[in-house]
Amino acid sequence: MTEPPIVETTELRKSYGALEALRGLNLRVPAGSIYGFLGRNGAGKTTTLKILLGMVRPTGGNARVFGLDADAPETSVAIRRRTGFVSEDKDLFDTMTVEEIVRFTAAFYPRWRSDLEQRYLRKFELPAEKKVKDLSRGMRTKVALLLALSRGADLLILDEPTSGLDPAIVEEVLQAIVAHVASEEMTVFFSSHQIAEVDQIADRVTIIDGGRGVVEGAIEDLRENYRRIHLVFDGEAPKTAFRAPGIVRTRRKGRTLSVLLSAGTERVIEEARALNPVSVDVIPVTLKEIFLETVTKED
Amino acid sequence: MLLKPNPSLGVPIYLQLMEQVKHAIETGAVRPGEQLPGIRPLAEELVINPNTVAKAYRELEHEGVIELRHGAGAFVSLNARGRKMTDNLRAAQSIVAGAVTRLRARSVTEEEIRRLFEAELAGLTRAGERND
Repeated sequence: MTEPPIVETTELRKSYGALEALRGLNLRVPAGSIYGFLGRNGAGKTTTLKILLGMVRPTGGNARVFGLDADAPETSVAIRRRTGFVSEDKDLFDTMTVEEIVRFTAAFYPRWRSDLEQRYLRKFELPAEKKVKDLSRGMRTKVALLLALSRGADLLILDEPTSGLDPAIVEEVLQAIVAHVASEEMTVFFSSHQIAEVDQIADRVTIIDGGRGVVEGAIEDLRENYRRIHLVFDGEAPKTAFRAPGIVRTRRKGRTLSVLLSAGTERVIEEARALNPVSVDVIPVTLKEIFLETVTKED
Repeated sequence: MLLKPNPSLGVPIYLQLMEQVKHAIETGAVRPGEQLPGIRPLAEELVINPNTVAKAYRELEHEGVIELRHGAGAFVSLNARGRKMTDNLRAAQSIVAGAVTRLRARSVTEEEIRRLFEAELAGLTRAGERND
């Protein structure tokens, strides 16, 4: 991965008065990836996306898109010219028909792709004559996605693209994203609190919590490296601190000791054996478990 | 031919895909010399990341199971072990079936059987022996 990242943030900070929305976020989104930005509501996802799009100014650190400063007015325009964005509320002009909004949007983008526009109009079965305000939530999302995909962008930023959609439409939206990335040279950076969809289509993920990245990596690597080691003892489980690196969390309960680790299963097993457990189980860990173990619980 | 991988299994998706392709070859669902679906259509059909499909195909090529012909797509290797493998696997399956039947007879639960297999494969059984 010698190519420069498409999105890069360094120690990014944003405060709204006393509220710290971002507290030193570091991101590197490689070209050609589908990058999932996973976090609970209020974790700082939307603030980050808005900074990348020049809609919010950071209080500290910096954000670059295509190597350009996201916080400078001139470069921000250049960034937005090459970026498609679908906001969480899918803001669209309600009084226009589907056809009108497509024509209207196309006029702003010299690189507009009529071939893609036609493809997605057919694929999404969008009613050209219908007014946007009369569309279902699913249809509205598809229109917003069509507008973002057809503008010949190099980067697609999606804020919670599937929130509030039924499972069939979620699958359709994910399929459109996957197919688009496979046929066009493009990078997708999408925020979500839906673990399942990040798990399904993303190749990399950052889990953000409290304005900071808590887990980052290729999803396949996380699946390969994260493990839970479950130890059962004859008597009370020993109070032990494992020295091996990669320990995320250790839980003792009665005769059992459960260790979540991000890497180095072998070394932990070695240490565990020295404690003479009655049984040792190594269990694969899902992205959902990683998420639940690393984000803070409700107060 | 290929089924949707299950992301919540905790097994990398490219490994699940590789297993499926191998299984399809072993069962004869696809034969040596036949073409596999392209990366894009397969990613679209299974709704998974195209890079993941590409990774699975690269690994399969590395193992000699398939050949990637530039611009033409992925083909099952002519020397991929198809039918012979099937016989071998069938024999293996009957061994497993026998073991599972005997374990069930001792009322070992399905979940326990699965864990025992996993532990055996991971080479963890030595820890148990020492405590015997």
